[in-house]
Amino acid sequence: MKLEYKVEGGDFTAAGFASSQIKKILKQLNIDPSVIKRVVIALYEAEVNIVAHAYRGVIKAHIESGGITLTLEDEGPGIPDVEMAMTPGFSTATKAVREMGFGAGMGLPNISENADSFNIETIVGKGTTLTIGIKFK
Amino acid sequence: MNLGDLCNLVGGTAVCGTARLGDSVEYAFASDLMSDVLTIKSTDFILITGLANIQSIRTLEMSDASYMLLCRGKEVTPEMLELAEENGIVIITSPYSLFRCAGILYSAGLKPLY
Repeated sequence: MKLEYKVEGGDFTAAGFASSQIKKILKQLNIDPSVIKRVVIALYEAEVNIVAHAYRGVIKAHIESGGITLTLEDEGPGIPDVEMAMTPGFSTATKAVREMGFGAGMGLPNISENADSFNIETIVGKGTTLTIGIKFK
Repeated sequence: MNLGDLCNLVGGTAVCGTARLGDSVEYAFASDLMSDVLTIKSTDFILITGLANIQSIRTLEMSDASYMLLCRGKEVTPEMLELAEENGIVIITSPYSLFRCAGILYSAGLKPLY
């Protein structure tokens, strides 16, 4: 099963909609709740990252019998220093993002913590693509 | 701790999910930072927060957690209410500060997650 959702940068009201939809589908597929939680937390953090940092993006979810692959491709500023961005507590979030309860510098580390595989490709001035893989068993 | 008792202890008002006030909760986590909340592995906790926006409800939804205590007399927005109702989330509001709520509930036996 392949799903696709568009995400607009700056639209905090809609942030989490795609994660919510994918959660509902995984529940219908009777996936283990602890696995669903790992998927949606990684996905929600990544979705919020697009809203917080990028201009727009697309979330693609590929659900197979053994697991899920999430690809989050955004048009945005890119990440100049990925190693720094992966450091817990490091954040470049704006005041507006922090007022929404994010920007603690825990996003990427938390995605990594919940994923079985995690890859970041980024080009400064162009955008970032995250690929997150989580096995169902 | 029974949610109805919890609500009374903090001078609170249940604004959503009143049918679940008989539920019990053993642990609490107090934070305005949703990324911190998203690091919690457990689902049995009440979030004590001052963050009154839709992302606090989204965070509970993603965390499979069902209970929120909103402090400092913050107003629940219509978007929060709609999403909370959709996900069966209980929201209790309190006029007390986050510190005061946490202190009262800790003293009454609600346990910390860490």
